[in-house]
Formats: sequence, C-alpha cells, structure tokens
Amino acid sequence: MNFCSKKKHKQNVKYKEVIVEMKILVPVKRTQDPYVKVRLKPDGSGIDTSNIKHAINTFDEIAVEEALRKKEEFGGEVVVVSVGTQEWAEQIRVALAMGADRGILVDTGGKYVDHLIVAKVLAKIIEEEKPDLVIMGKQAIDDDANQVGQILAGLLDWPQATFAYKVEVNPQEKKAKVIREVDGGLETVEVELPAIITTDLRLNQPRYASLPGIMKARQKPLKTIKIEELGIDLTPSVTIEKLENPPQRKAGVKVKDVDELIEKLKEAKVLPF
Amino acid sequence: MSILVVAETRNGELKKASLSAVTCARILAEKTGLNYNILTFEPSEKTKEELSQLGAEKLFVAKGEHLKNYTAENYAIAVSEIAKKVDAKYILATATTFGKDLLPRLVAKIPNSAMVSEVIEVIDGETFKRLMYAGDIIATLKIKSEKKILSVRGTAFDKAGKVDKKSEIVEEEIKESYPRKRFIELEETKSERPELTEASIVVSVGRGIKDPENIKIAEELADVLGAAIGASRAVVDAGWLPNDFQVGQTGKTVAPQLYIAIGISGAIQHVAGMKDSKVIVAINKDPEAPIFQIADIGLVADLFQAVPELTQKLKKLKQESGG
Repeated sequence: MNFCSKKKHKQNVKYKEVIVEMKILVPVKRTQDPYVKVRLKPDGSGIDTSNIKHAINTFDEIAVEEALRKKEEFGGEVVVVSVGTQEWAEQIRVALAMGADRGILVDTGGKYVDHLIVAKVLAKIIEEEKPDLVIMGKQAIDDDANQVGQILAGLLDWPQATFAYKVEVNPQEKKAKVIREVDGGLETVEVELPAIITTDLRLNQPRYASLPGIMKARQKPLKTIKIEELGIDLTPSVTIEKLENPPQRKAGVKVKDVDELIEKLKEAKVLPF
Repeated sequence: MSILVVAETRNGELKKASLSAVTCARILAEKTGLNYNILTFEPSEKTKEELSQLGAEKLFVAKGEHLKNYTAENYAIAVSEIAKKVDAKYILATATTFGKDLLPRLVAKIPNSAMVSEVIEVIDGETFKRLMYAGDIIATLKIKSEKKILSVRGTAFDKAGKVDKKSEIVEEEIKESYPRKRFIELEETKSERPELTEASIVVSVGRGIKDPENIKIAEELADVLGAAIGASRAVVDAGWLPNDFQVGQTGKTVAPQLYIAIGISGAIQHVAGMKDSKVIVAINKDPEAPIFQIADIGLVADLFQAVPELTQKLKKLKQESGG
C-alpha cells in the first residue's frame, strides 16, 4: 500500500505540475480616477471629493492582476484588503469581480490614518491570514508617498522587492525572482517567501472585470472589521497641517514656425550656444 | 542629537542626486542648530574624498561584503546602527529609487519614527512641504514622532558644493546581514547622453512619435543640444524606450533649464514630472493638447517636419557660434 501511494505521488510529480496552493494578499486603496484633476474645497480644508470618479489605485490594480496570474499558475487564493471607509467596499468588489476570492475591509470610520498606521493594520491582518506573498502598489496616486509596502516589510521583517517589472514565483522552493525598475536600469533580486512585492507600471496590463465576474463578486465574502478592534495605537505620527494649490504655470506664447521658435529660445537664453 | 544624510553609491561611485539631500540637511541644520553627518557604503577613494568635503561633522563609511551591492534590508540594518551611534533625530536621502526603497523600511526599524516623502521645502524642524495628487496639491505636513525620516525631492534642492571644513572619516564594519534576500544583477541602461535628472536640457518624446524608429528624430535634436532624452508613460509602456526614461508622477521628476516636449499631449501624470522646468517648449500638431496650457513656447506643427527642421537650424547656429 505504502509503496503504491508513493509511486502514485511520484507519477504526479512527473506527469503533472505539483499543485502548490499559494495564498496571496493584496492591499488595495480607493483613489481618484487617474484622469481626474483634483481640486481643493473652497475653504482649503480638504480635497473636494464630491463628483469625483473613484477607482482602484492604478498600481494596486496591477497588483490584483499579478496576484490573479500567480493564482492561475499555481492555484490558491487571492485575498483583497482595504483600510478605509464603507465606500471602499466598491473597489474591493471590483477586485473580486476581476477574480479575487474574498475581501477584508478594515473600517476606519473616516478617521485619518497615516502610512505607519495603515502598515500596522496590514501587519495585523497578515498575522491572522498568514499569506505566502503580499503584492501591492508601489504608491497610491493620491498622496504619492510610496511608503506602506516598505514599512510593512520592515514591521514583519520580511524581504521586500519594490517597483516590480517582472515576478517569477517558485512556490516549491518558496522563492521569488523579481526584476525591479530602478534608476539607471533593471535590477534582479531573489527573495524568500513570504515577501512583500510592490508593483510598477510595466508589470502587466490589468484585465477588466467580466460580466459573469461582476455577478459572482456579489456572492463572494467581504468581511468588515472595525479598526478599533485591532488594538493598534491610532494616534497619527504625521498630520496634515495645510493643503494648497500650487502656483499655476501660465500658458506662454504660440509661435508660428521653427524660426520664431529659435528666436524665442535665444531670447530666453536657454540655448547652450 | 544630529542629522544623518544617507549618500547613495553605485560600484563605489557617488550618485550626484545625493547632493540634494545634503543641501536639505544644511537647511535643517540651520533651523535646528544640529550638526549633520553623512553615511555612505563601500565608496571609492574618490567618493570618500568628495563626501568628506561637504561640511559634515563626520563621514561614516559602512563596510561589509554584503553592502557591496545595495539591498534595502542590509542597508536598513547599517543605517539603523549608525543612526543609533550618532543619535540621529533626522535621517535624509534623496528620493531616487534608492531612497524611496530604503527609507520607509527604516520607519519600521527605528522606534518612534515617521516619514515624509519627497520634501520640497523645510518650514521648521518638524514641518515640511510636499506635493500630492500628481503635483496638483501642496501639502504641509507635521511629523510628531521623535525621529524624523525625510526623502528629499532632488529638483527642489540644489546640489551641495564643497566647503572648507573637512569631515572626520569613520569606518564602520557592519557585521549583521539579512539572510532572506539576494541581489542578483543590475542591467544598466547604457547611454552616451547626460543623465535625465541632471541634464540642463531634456528632449522628451510622447505617443505622437508613432513608431520607435522615429525616436531618432528626437535623439538628433538632443545631440545638437547636449540634451538628455525623456519620455511620456505611453512611450515607455509601449516598450519603445526603457523605464528609466519616464518623466512623470510615477517616473522621474526633472526641472531642467529647457524641456522640449515632442508629440506629448500633456497628461496630468506627465506634467507632474516636468512642470518645474524653467522653459517648456511644446511641439504638437493638436492645438488643443493640454501641454500648450503650461508651455512657455508652443509650436502647433507636424513634428516630423518641425523637429528635423529645428535640428538642422540649431546645428547651423551652433556651427556659426563655434559651439
């Protein structure tokens, strides 16, 4: 019997890919649509979000796509996590419609949370969920901070591979090879899993949610946790004191041809000769 | 208490972008009365010399086989160690991909610390300005934690020059290393042209260039001007130029004396990366392109005629001026 089952197992290895299920966690942020120009409220107290179209942060959408591709390759589960208000469920549902399996919304009740708090919340969820891999956006296109992934990796003492251009996972060996977009070229690193990977623009082209996907997403589990229940200090270490519009650059002159353009360049004294 | 500036090296050579963080440290030193120290990794003799002439109290040289190639994990261990040694209240680095990758990890490693990314102005010892929403909003932020970590936007601070005071050089062997990450290789983009973030003239191409073959039209112009080549996201996404060329919210921020945008429509995320340029020239056949709203000099024309003509005429001008 014993011998038989061993043999069977061996055959499995030989003729079929070994099934290694991967659990991938993808933190997702709700931001303004990337093509929207945001404005301040007239009293300067915050961003005017009324009538603004929202979307999954561009880079997080790429992270969802990458997680789905890895799941398709190896099997497993993709869990989407957001730290925001009830409205953010809308973006979690989009990720579920793309193919993610379930969602977790950590409800802040609209309370201001800085990057360190968000990273601590995610670390808590990760302790609970124990994913093999976390894939997230390198930055959110609203505050453009580019911090949470790296802080999270530091808090967990996990390796980080930021600004990913290409990700190859080897779940059997619990490793990932990541090509990163860095100043001056492309860098290749190898990280042991579990690890944090943050996405850059060229990693993939995210899919659209299909109609059946959207239908299915409604049935998929979405759990809400109140942020206060996590036992994290919610005092922000970075506060926003003031928001303002930058001075607007005025349109200059239109020239009629190349000769006039050269004249203007000479006047501006920006030519090196 | 002190200020610690992390200076980036590659193969021992100093990345000049780091000099912007030194300037920011000088401003911070003036406002807080603290001294600043510089930390670098496995530098060449030349880099050591250069960094010891920037007015820092001490220049720390972190050494170790595992520090020869950068990884955030190993460097964060080294920075934390030196930061403790000098009782650093502030840790600064320029927001290159190095600074962006490394500094937030320190927030987790250094107790009671927090970070502000891409500082463009120091108001006082705890208040800083930075841009958000692709540069549409300026935010003034206050760091309440005791230790403050700042990445510095390179275009907002000049590169620090030499001063008379020579720093004391302290070599530190770093023993601890991180076991679960391995640097494999760096495939460098080779270019004869100046580096994008350091060039005084940038010629940038957008989707209007239509075909990667046509990029040479812009390159010929760049070569007459001694300019760097940049690109919009569309061009990089299409694979026509390497990622390293992308100017914009999520790519590089540039502020040259002259920025020539060729066939670039002027999407919000592109403008975020170049709107602080001194003079912006736009050449685009669409008179409604948003780029014209921010361009100092706009030429509505077919780039396939206008750019070669501009190149030829500038070439002639250059020869006449003996340049």
